Amino acid sequence: MVMKEEKVIGAIKFGILSPDLIRKMSATAIVTSEVYDENGLPVEGGVMDPRLGVIEPGQRCATCGNTLARCPGHFGHLELARPVIHIGFVKHIYDLLRATCRKCGHLKIPKDEIDKYLNLYERLKDKWPQLARSLSEFVKRKAIKNMECPHCHAKQYKIRLEKPTTFIEEGPLGRLWPNKIFNWLDQIPSDHLRLLGYDPNFSHPKWMIIRVLPVPPICVRPSILLETGIRSEDDLTHKLVDIVRTNEKLRESIASGAPEVIVEDLWELLQYHITTYIDNEVPGVPPARRRSGMPLRTLAQRLKGKEGRFRGNLSGKRVDFSARTVISPDPYISINEVGVPIEIAKTVTVPVRVTPWNIDEIRKYVLNGPNKYPGANYVIDPTGRRIDLRFIRDLKAVAESLKPGYVVERHLIDGDIVLFNRQPSLHRMSIMGHIVRVLPGRTFRLHLAVCPPYNADFDGDEMNLHVPQNIEARAEAKTLLLVQEHILSPRYGGPIIGGIQDYISGAYLLSSKVTLLTQDQVSDLLASISYDGEIPEPAVLSPKRVWTGKQIISLLLPENFNFSKEAKISSGALKCTDEECFWDSYLVVKKGKLLLGVLDKAAIGAQQPESMLHFLIREYGNAFGKEFMDRAFKLFLRFIEMRGFTMALTDIMIPEQAYEEIKEVVEEAKKEIDELIKMYREGKLESMPGRTLEETLEIKILDVLSKARDKAGERAVKYLDPFNNVFIMAKTGARGSALNITQMTAMLGQQSVRGQRISRGYRGRTLPHFKRGDIGPEARGFVASSFVKGLSPIEMFFHAAGGREGLVDTAVRTSQSGYMQRRLINSLIDLVVEYDGTVRSAYGELVQFKYGEDGVDPKNTSFGKAVNVERIIEKHVGWKK
Amino acid sequence: MSGKKKIRIMDHELVPKHEVVPKEEAIKILKELGVTPQQLPLLRASDPVAREIGAKPGDVVRIIRKSPTAGKIVIYRFVIAG
Repeated sequence: MVMKEEKVIGAIKFGILSPDLIRKMSATAIVTSEVYDENGLPVEGGVMDPRLGVIEPGQRCATCGNTLARCPGHFGHLELARPVIHIGFVKHIYDLLRATCRKCGHLKIPKDEIDKYLNLYERLKDKWPQLARSLSEFVKRKAIKNMECPHCHAKQYKIRLEKPTTFIEEGPLGRLWPNKIFNWLDQIPSDHLRLLGYDPNFSHPKWMIIRVLPVPPICVRPSILLETGIRSEDDLTHKLVDIVRTNEKLRESIASGAPEVIVEDLWELLQYHITTYIDNEVPGVPPARRRSGMPLRTLAQRLKGKEGRFRGNLSGKRVDFSARTVISPDPYISINEVGVPIEIAKTVTVPVRVTPWNIDEIRKYVLNGPNKYPGANYVIDPTGRRIDLRFIRDLKAVAESLKPGYVVERHLIDGDIVLFNRQPSLHRMSIMGHIVRVLPGRTFRLHLAVCPPYNADFDGDEMNLHVPQNIEARAEAKTLLLVQEHILSPRYGGPIIGGIQDYISGAYLLSSKVTLLTQDQVSDLLASISYDGEIPEPAVLSPKRVWTGKQIISLLLPENFNFSKEAKISSGALKCTDEECFWDSYLVVKKGKLLLGVLDKAAIGAQQPESMLHFLIREYGNAFGKEFMDRAFKLFLRFIEMRGFTMALTDIMIPEQAYEEIKEVVEEAKKEIDELIKMYREGKLESMPGRTLEETLEIKILDVLSKARDKAGERAVKYLDPFNNVFIMAKTGARGSALNITQMTAMLGQQSVRGQRISRGYRGRTLPHFKRGDIGPEARGFVASSFVKGLSPIEMFFHAAGGREGLVDTAVRTSQSGYMQRRLINSLIDLVVEYDGTVRSAYGELVQFKYGEDGVDPKNTSFGKAVNVERIIEKHVGWKK
Repeated sequence: MSGKKKIRIMDHELVPKHEVVPKEEAIKILKELGVTPQQLPLLRASDPVAREIGAKPGDVVRIIRKSPTAGKIVIYRFVIAG
């Protein structure tokens, strides 16, 4: 094939279409408002003139001779009986009218000054366009101020703009009709225009007055044929018919010498139609409507907004080879994998080129056809002909005819790589590469550990899947986008993929000191991860051979791995800061053996930098990290299944006696608050610095109440088994917090709206159940009941008030931060870290002399710290500090 | 002389060290960075610090400032009229 001459776009220049140009590019003049004749055929010279382009397939274009697929459409033009103002340029026209002389059209600045500014402008124009623009603005402002023309000394009058399109001179001229404005603008010397920033050759301001209207091709405004056989025209066509009709009337009344008032009325009507034709959302203009009352979607509306041409069609595109469905969890697949329903696997395809090495395999796919999995949907022969296998009776013949060079679009099969995405795509981990596992069912399946990067859960979330269609894209996906390449977050360096919820509970229980496993249990556990290595000597030989959980976990750790860190559970009574730890709350790994401590959120959790998981991935690589997570997490789950793990009501129930204690705490707090209120009423309360007396009282009351809740929590927790299921979850960081436990068992505490006690509702009180002026705890939203005991109706009301605020807040926050994100991304999108380490814009401007000023990639650090000396020592020596 | 005391802004703690780079050195630096002067961050000649150190349009100014990540960072700005 001969290469065509390559042409590169050097620059794009925008300007205003001149009447001459509009006539020149026009295929036909529009002369009649009739659209179709009695036979239903388009009228020549109407807005559906066949010369404007082909509409029906099979026709040949009257202008270019091409068929429907190849005819680009052609513009027509409409000669207006009287000129009108283009609504998009009203502001420019207004400024120009004020800045130039009403008599001679010169810029209202003395000649020598104009020359001076023009000289400066020419020098600035290329190098500092921004400065040139502000110079033009300055000159314009200066000219507007001058009320006498320095050139012809004519007196100037104030010009008023009556929105949207009426210009009035408060002087002899009066109403400035568009034809007067045209003559005025036409007078302005070219140099003066140039100084004001207009290029008279490409966008002369006189062209802002429309004398000839371009009529867009029919393919821009296609009519739809309804089932009933009725033709429904596009909004633009409707509007164009209005314009043509008004124009006709206007021309007739001028020709027949109608009174000036009638002509002006029609002129205004034409102005209205052309204004709404261009933009149907101009303030002060009633939008043109369809018969149903819907505003018309005219030119500006096609471009503007989220679903407009720019955001909807140019920046945002729809794609083939993609799928979307509900997601659900599958702990048995790898973190690198995604479970794909067979139905989807049979619809989205991968093109494969037939070679001598894969021809037998591909023949099988073709033989299976489009309905039997794994099959193929299309065969493309070397000439580019597509054979749709759905309509092929004899698949065998097609399979036989396959030769190297054919391309077969086969179904997705296990091992293919696909891109997986969940919106909102806020960071690069929102789209990752997954290896396909075709599974029964109708949902996408994903590993639980990849929920944090996608921010996914399974309450009905849906995700998208895309199949790369060529080898380069597949290779790129495999090396750059695969999940394992994104375990470490570029935000803070820690693993964003890691243990969550049951994985953490399971890891804690398995690594706990009390876990001893018989041979059967060990076999069960290790079989679940297909472990095929040696099993170590049991930790206890007699009376029974049992292994500790730590021994099993150690089998998965690399042999030379050293690590030590405080566990998440190390707090309060279980606090340990070094290896001398009785409570097993200090994690120690030496030479790949888990010696001391339990695994919890601080060791294997997601989004936990400087954890054991983090250093395993950093020091042994992403592939090892993936392997470790696949195996260890499966092991933890198998163990938690063996042991059983649940949360029961008894885990948060406390005896009657405890309630008595809590009551005491509440009583005490109330007494204290009564005291405070008494002091306040007597004026003995001293205000805190910078606070009024009322604020001080509120702060003190809130303080007392929050202390009361904590105290009640402590009292209640005393009666609970500190190793029950709820506590295990809270302490290891798997789910829930100490506050959640307090609220379930002891009391909810103070409910708040906008950080304050609930105070609004009725006059002087929150609910009619209280006395006016009561500012005691109960009357202001203090809830002394727990979730287990249940809330009284009044308490439940306050809780609902507090809960509502939370919901509103999240709704408002997401929309605001989403918009901020959008603007940030739009402004930073073209910044690039060059090979020399500098950050530059698309124009090569320096933004940072060194990326982040230190040239460090946060992905390879923990929290931006480039070198962790302690870790290096510990890694090699086995101890730290 | 009430309140007429001259404040030397260069002495203020929050004003980093600025200095005008000699022409030959500036050319070398620009070459090293691979940029035209206009591609550098800009500094207006009317900037109080620029006036203080006597930077004229066309000069390159070296600024040495504290950085939370790197401790100390050297950057250059191109002085423009204004």
